[in-house]
Amino acid sequence: MMSARFVRLAETARVPVTIEVDGEPLEALQGDTLLVAVLCKLGRVRVSEFGDGNRAGFCLMGACQDCWVWTADGARLRACSTLVSEGMKIMTREPQTPWSHA
Amino acid sequence: MVPRIVIVGAGPAGVRCAEALVAAGLRPTVIDENRRDGGQIYRRQPENFTRSYATLYGTEAHRAAALHGTFDRLRDRIEYLPETLVWNVADRHVYVASGTRQRTIPFDMLALCTGAADRLMPLKGWNFAGAYSLGGAQVALKSQACAIGRQIVFAGTGALLYLVAAQYVKAGANVAAVLDTSPRSRRLAALGKLLAQPSVLYKGVALELTLRRAGVHIHTGVELHEILGSADAGVRGLSFREASGKQRQIECDAVGLGYHLRPETQLADLARCEFRFDASSRQWLPKLDPDGRTSVRGVYVAGDGARVLGANAAEASGKLAALAVLRDLGFATAWESFAEQRRALKKFERFAQGLAEAFPWPAQQAAQLPDDAVVCRCESVTAGQLRGVIEKTGACEANRAKAFSRVGMGRCQGRYCGHAAAEIIAHAAAVPIEEAGRLRGQAPVKPLPIALTEDEQ
Repeated sequence: MMSARFVRLAETARVPVTIEVDGEPLEALQGDTLLVAVLCKLGRVRVSEFGDGNRAGFCLMGACQDCWVWTADGARLRACSTLVSEGMKIMTREPQTPWSHA
Repeated sequence: MVPRIVIVGAGPAGVRCAEALVAAGLRPTVIDENRRDGGQIYRRQPENFTRSYATLYGTEAHRAAALHGTFDRLRDRIEYLPETLVWNVADRHVYVASGTRQRTIPFDMLALCTGAADRLMPLKGWNFAGAYSLGGAQVALKSQACAIGRQIVFAGTGALLYLVAAQYVKAGANVAAVLDTSPRSRRLAALGKLLAQPSVLYKGVALELTLRRAGVHIHTGVELHEILGSADAGVRGLSFREASGKQRQIECDAVGLGYHLRPETQLADLARCEFRFDASSRQWLPKLDPDGRTSVRGVYVAGDGARVLGANAAEASGKLAALAVLRDLGFATAWESFAEQRRALKKFERFAQGLAEAFPWPAQQAAQLPDDAVVCRCESVTAGQLRGVIEKTGACEANRAKAFSRVGMGRCQGRYCGHAAAEIIAHAAAVPIEEAGRLRGQAPVKPLPIALTEDEQ
């Protein structure tokens, strides 16, 4: 997987927070959005379901919906407008939930 | 009976609107999709961040501080619903969702202060990871103290292009180049109108100086060709043609792209407000009277959500819409206060007209977009596929072409491809752009969670 995309320019003395992305631990800082936490370590936040590759968000203001991630119980989050919290677990691919759960 | 007033948005227009209503003894409900007030322009950083107002907002620090201060004082005198999306307007109710909770709120008066987002023209490769809207690049910095990459190209046109690039430079990011599709001559031609706000013009010139002093290459009058890279690795560069005709390629791992702003008008559309075609910016806008009244009784639009005039104008038009609400409710309102805000708006209008002429929307770029370029980022529909649909079905209206091609039907609901798609349709079908029409707003205006629970009223 490609390397980190975002670069932290300031505000790096915040309290560290550990979240889990696709089963792997990921160090973030309190006050990070999920999108920033992920992109400060990784090169993408999801894979396009239409086959045109990796995506890393676009508008960062909740308009484009290109940064959806999922919680373990199948809830969809907009990574750009969700703040991280200790122990948060997210998946970058939609979990396969049976139709009866929908 | 106490009138029920709902304001959507807590940026400069929404806050000034609320302030004037509170001053008249009313208690409006302010619904904000963001976690905190300020809108996009005066977006507040998370509580545990420590950067100063001067660092965050530069020359506009005093305005940001004043607006935040006003909002803090209003907090106990309004109903504030943060992190709440208005997803429909119907039968004098707004439908709101927060997390997985949903409810309806009745209103007598509705002030839509929904702001604007980046206006985008697709560029081949803009679907690669590492391509962002200019506004998105600004949010990364302002609200999260991050740069979108290690080596960044800012491309497109408009005031925001220079502002964001200068903010990045000041924050210590590595800006590889600024590529402006507008030729410099356009700025000189628009100078008369830009002088309607000399201090803002001066700030714009200062931004460019900041960039030049930092050694950033600024190219004007360019033709953008392609964001280079791959589906896996994302952005690796950008190719363009200089004004001199020379082909160039710049290495980068991130691109911030934008062409001025586009009002968020979906709620006005759902409220059944009439729209008009604005020939100078080639887009449809809500039809308003000078004080922000729409064609629908009790529905008002203010700020950049009405038409993009900037933050200072948004404060004036937010106040003006509140005055209109008060007058329509039968409150005594002084004629002079209307006149003062209207006069202020006239100046902003002239300046905005100057900006539109200096940094025009590059309509021809849509016509020239190669067939294999993605137009709809949501569902990866290419320009060629859209043109094929127009040729095969004869659909020369945006909503019909959307039904056949799915352009505008994806997650963003046409926010980022809609204007370009209309240009492509108009060009391919050889009809005037206004005949291609506009994508109708659909409820929900943004995707909702599948499991929504109705709150007890």
